[in-house]
Amino acid sequence: MRQLLFDDIDRPGLHTLAVYRRERGGYEMLQQALQMEPEEVLTQLQKSGIRGRGGAGFAMGTKASFIPHGDMDKYVVCNADESEPGTFKDRELMQKNPHLLIEGICIAAHAISANKAFIFIRGEYDLQATILEQALEEAKRANMIGDLDLWVHRGAGAYICGEETALLDALEGKRGNPRLKPPFPAVQGLYRGPTLINNVETLMNAPLILRMGGEEYAKIGTERSTGTKVVSVSGCVQRPGNYEIELGIPTRDIIYGLAGGPDEGRAIKCFFPGGSSAPVLPGTDENLDLPYDFDSMAKAGSMLGSGAIIVVDETIPIVDLALKTAKFYRHESCGKCTPCREGTNWTVKMLERINTGEATPMDLDIMASVQDQIMGNCLCVLGDAMAMPIASMIKHFREEFEAHIEAARERTGLGVSLPMANRSDHAGPGPLLQPDGGGATAAVV
Amino acid sequence: MSIDPSRVRRFAHGSRVPGWDDAADLTKDPAVVPDPATTPVPEGLRAEVEDYMSRYPDFRSAAIPALHAAQRLHGWCSPTAIEQVACVMRLTPGYLTAVATFYDMFSTEPKGRHDVYVCTNISCSLRGADALYEAMVSAAGDDPDFHVQSFECLGACDIAPMISVDGEYIGPLVPEDCDRVVADVKAGRPVFDERQLRHRPVAEKLPVGGGAAPPPTPDRPAEGPTAAQNDVAGPKDM
Repeated sequence: MRQLLFDDIDRPGLHTLAVYRRERGGYEMLQQALQMEPEEVLTQLQKSGIRGRGGAGFAMGTKASFIPHGDMDKYVVCNADESEPGTFKDRELMQKNPHLLIEGICIAAHAISANKAFIFIRGEYDLQATILEQALEEAKRANMIGDLDLWVHRGAGAYICGEETALLDALEGKRGNPRLKPPFPAVQGLYRGPTLINNVETLMNAPLILRMGGEEYAKIGTERSTGTKVVSVSGCVQRPGNYEIELGIPTRDIIYGLAGGPDEGRAIKCFFPGGSSAPVLPGTDENLDLPYDFDSMAKAGSMLGSGAIIVVDETIPIVDLALKTAKFYRHESCGKCTPCREGTNWTVKMLERINTGEATPMDLDIMASVQDQIMGNCLCVLGDAMAMPIASMIKHFREEFEAHIEAARERTGLGVSLPMANRSDHAGPGPLLQPDGGGATAAVV
Repeated sequence: MSIDPSRVRRFAHGSRVPGWDDAADLTKDPAVVPDPATTPVPEGLRAEVEDYMSRYPDFRSAAIPALHAAQRLHGWCSPTAIEQVACVMRLTPGYLTAVATFYDMFSTEPKGRHDVYVCTNISCSLRGADALYEAMVSAAGDDPDFHVQSFECLGACDIAPMISVDGEYIGPLVPEDCDRVVADVKAGRPVFDERQLRHRPVAEKLPVGGGAAPPPTPDRPAEGPTAAQNDVAGPKDM
């Protein structure tokens, strides 16, 4: 398997400037980029076709090309607030090869003529932030990064700060609330100046793209998902960890081949293909054979997201999984938009009702309609990030939910519910009109 | 069904929302920017906050790093800590309190010196994090030095279930390991040195099945990681 970022990443001392320069030709690409016109660097990035590795999958070169020209203060912000459950690739990359990130940021800054840059790293990554600070200090002392004003900024623990506009608010010293878009950060971002925000892994690819040339880089992976991707596999697998793959290999090869699959004798119930915000896919052969790239995952009704595969085996009750997921988003909702603040809270309450035996199968319809009403109705996608997996769980595992509801009612002595009798106009609009076809559960596919 | 009003719990100012009467004393005027002449600020903290302020085009960006510094010094974001930062940054204590209450790592209530974050998010809980959290809470007991908190994904699902002790990631752990974590912290030793994340090589170099404790099930309690994993040497200086 071709490795770009993870190639011999455990080499002792790679996090120091001396080893990085000697073994990897460190900062050569930056020197080369500084000799080039910013437009030429930008063209290389665009030709590479690299898509953002943080979750949205937007083409990096295109994003950078939206930055206006001119003499105003422009900023590059590296999003190292890796908080998506199941994702831990940036952590390992930053810990083991911090100089590659610094070089990538400097190249991106040159491409858009930015003079100030920040690495926004989550506060919990103490070790990684310290390593980055030391590396940056070393690079500054050796006069490697030119006149770019680059700083490491530690966050303080909030999932929402991974959202780009919330990150900007946090970086400006406020509560991390997302902003209304447009204007997009490329036009009006940090301190109201044009800002390029990219994920750690995306920026780390920039020196590699320049080294091999954008067109050569585009040959790796599939046509519309170029390059390699570091995939974080976790959950019920025998060897969880980060694996660098070429985009487009079968998902089965990642889960079974690299991560060892679930324990002997257990089947995969479902998996999140791209972090906990991605709709789950049942562990059928059809889904496991899907090529792991942006478009195939989207076509299958999920998303590649941050490239974090969470594997759930058959021993895990789906209700517990849904409750865990919903509780996370309830805790992390910033509270600015009502659908998200209330929707996450009510979803948790309804899932708890299932466990206490108070729920009826009608609750599933209401829950699905709550998800439907969150989708697309908030400033940022945190609410959607709960609505998508929860709706997909209800869609794929409705029978298990219903069995769980009946079992809990039996246990608490409430008796069998009468689902059809309970279905009335009070259950809310949408899914009840078309219980099998349209409505909330199908809308998110 | 009517509700008996006397059974509805209410707080001092009549609200049913808990915490509203803690957050603000409604009888007082909002605090203004503290007066430097009457607010003593430790020299080290002042220098650190001013250094942060100099890094950003807008000095307010230093709020989070400055609160980190104050929390390190005072142990928590106490009213004094916030007042001192507010004094150096020329902001109102209200502004900084708003920031401090938003983020999980800041505590506006007294807490123990040692932060123990137990990840209880999806990946870790698939491997028994909830039992680990309970074990950690009972291992720490009512020792005032420990601040055990269940945390959302800490970004280390490869060593799930894991905990972060004062920023040091360790895992995979089983509930029985919690006593050693407490003992190591009390003795001032590196906590669970052989299972610290900083020593872990890339997953491909690990044996399959040795990467983490297998997920516990009711019929088979969680087991510790294999010996093979503990022998893996990593760069010690990282």
